[in-house]
Amino acid sequence: MAIKILEAGLAATIQDLGRPGYYQLGIPIGGAMDRFALRVANLLVGNDESAACIESPYIGPRLLFDTDTLVSVTGADLPVCLDGKEHQTWTAIEVKAGQVLEFGYLKGGARIYIAVSGGVDVPLVLGSRSTYLVGQLGGFHGRILVAEDVLHCGQGDLKSKCRYIPEELRRTMGEAANLRVMPGLFWHRLTKTSGEGFFEDRWVVSTEADRMGVRFSGGHPMEFEPREQPFGAGSDPSNIVDSPYPYGSVQIPSGLEPIVLHRDAVSAGGYFQIGAVISADMDILGQLQPNTPVKFVKVSMEEALQARLDEEGRLERIRDLF
Amino acid sequence: METRFTFGADEHLLGECSEEMSLEAFFKSMNAAELIRKHKITGVSEICAVNTTYMVRFDPGLISPEELLKEIKRIDNESGLTGNSIDTRIVEVPVFYEDPWTRETMNSFRDRHQDPDSTDLEYAARLNGFSSVTEFIESHHGSPWFVSLLGFVCGVPGLYQMVERSRQIEVPKYVRPRTDTPRHTIGHGGCFTAIYAVRGAGGYQMFGITPMQIFNPDCHQSYLEGSMVFFRTGDIVKFRAIDVEEYEHIVDLVRNNLFEPPRVEIRFDLSAFLADRDGYNAGLIGALYGN
Repeated sequence: MAIKILEAGLAATIQDLGRPGYYQLGIPIGGAMDRFALRVANLLVGNDESAACIESPYIGPRLLFDTDTLVSVTGADLPVCLDGKEHQTWTAIEVKAGQVLEFGYLKGGARIYIAVSGGVDVPLVLGSRSTYLVGQLGGFHGRILVAEDVLHCGQGDLKSKCRYIPEELRRTMGEAANLRVMPGLFWHRLTKTSGEGFFEDRWVVSTEADRMGVRFSGGHPMEFEPREQPFGAGSDPSNIVDSPYPYGSVQIPSGLEPIVLHRDAVSAGGYFQIGAVISADMDILGQLQPNTPVKFVKVSMEEALQARLDEEGRLERIRDLF
Repeated sequence: METRFTFGADEHLLGECSEEMSLEAFFKSMNAAELIRKHKITGVSEICAVNTTYMVRFDPGLISPEELLKEIKRIDNESGLTGNSIDTRIVEVPVFYEDPWTRETMNSFRDRHQDPDSTDLEYAARLNGFSSVTEFIESHHGSPWFVSLLGFVCGVPGLYQMVERSRQIEVPKYVRPRTDTPRHTIGHGGCFTAIYAVRGAGGYQMFGITPMQIFNPDCHQSYLEGSMVFFRTGDIVKFRAIDVEEYEHIVDLVRNNLFEPPRVEIRFDLSAFLADRDGYNAGLIGALYGN
């Protein structure tokens, strides 16, 4: 079973649930930007939730299948066409040998996940099939997919118990988004007014948004509590002695444009961070298009843990369908 | 040394041993991380020690944040001031300072720099009281550096200069980070020098470039000894200035897998070093070159 890439889209890569355990070397966890979408795509075609899929930002690829199989598309919203006939996202689609899968223009969200029965079969590198582009490792030869690439797939059983995810269980993106942030880390560096202002301002996703992180603009510059900079930090008030960067942490270099680190994060650096996006909202961060208005919402640890449980509940309800 | 604890949302806990950098604080954070690793706490998936701060990544579904905090505080206390000496290596890294590649990148990001009319080296030399770039470069490769940070992307070492604080080079990072930095750039931010393992974004002032590969996903270079990443936390580095001819020569050697950076195993003792830095460094460099 193989898939031939006829057109590759913008920066399509192979991703699974990532490779934890190597962050201390600067090799990030990686994996699907939207974990929920990848898990559900896999469930729909009868795969293990962690099987490798194609992650494709902004534009879908054109794919030719050489064998009868089962395919699903989740995550961003866009028209899915099989040999010219339109199909729905968040469903299992039967594909015959020789058919071509292609996509229309993006309507919402940023990244689609294409699962194929049996999963994309590329070598495991440090325990994962995810592509880490910066390190040119994992995935399909450590790079983005290009036309003429041929992806081999594992053996699926084509027996999916459920072929449709009810709309209320899908996660879809609106015109604007909220990202919940737990203040912490180096939050104390900001003045009280400036810290509150961060949550009141209207931010916009910039064009500098990739697997490593998402930059935002449009809010007020930050104001810092005065201090003599500690030795080794550097003289800008936003500088700290280089320290580990949590996934989802919100750094604001020179107090100007916040950057939220995502799955391919740098493991450490010298910019202060005001806190981190909660785990429940990391998937949403992966579905933000440039120019999307975003509000950061301040939450406590209790709220973060509850949101995490809510997301797990949503996935659990989907698992119950299978 | 009181550790400050803070959560990075619901999956990360940071322990900051000190706001300011020192080798004492680095040893504290490195030892605490080592002890945490040994405890194999359920739900903990990553432990990173960087300079004076360590981070634990956890699954709050497997261990509650309060429970983890209690456990980490206990281990942090335990780690105290144990283990003042480590078995490590000293490695020579060749550097082509003022090279044309970092200069080209520098020129295309002047709008993100504090002083767009100077080069990064001119800016750093002036800020640190050197009368010329040449003098500044001599000071950069004159004394050894400690790998107190490993990570960023693909095993980049963050190096801490092993001289008394008043002589350490200190510069701010770029006002806004660059979106590009050449592979193998020698950069400096705060009091740290870093070697960029791959091409990519960065905020450090750029001083030069090394021909030595320090990351290879296929582990090809023999000096990588089967790892993707050359450096280890605790390595000691001695830079050596090279010219363009030697740079090209070493690039060739690396390409043909014939390059072996000079390096020897040593035991580093923090107390002995702090008692006489220059004397201790002379001994380290002597060990490296077999004197």
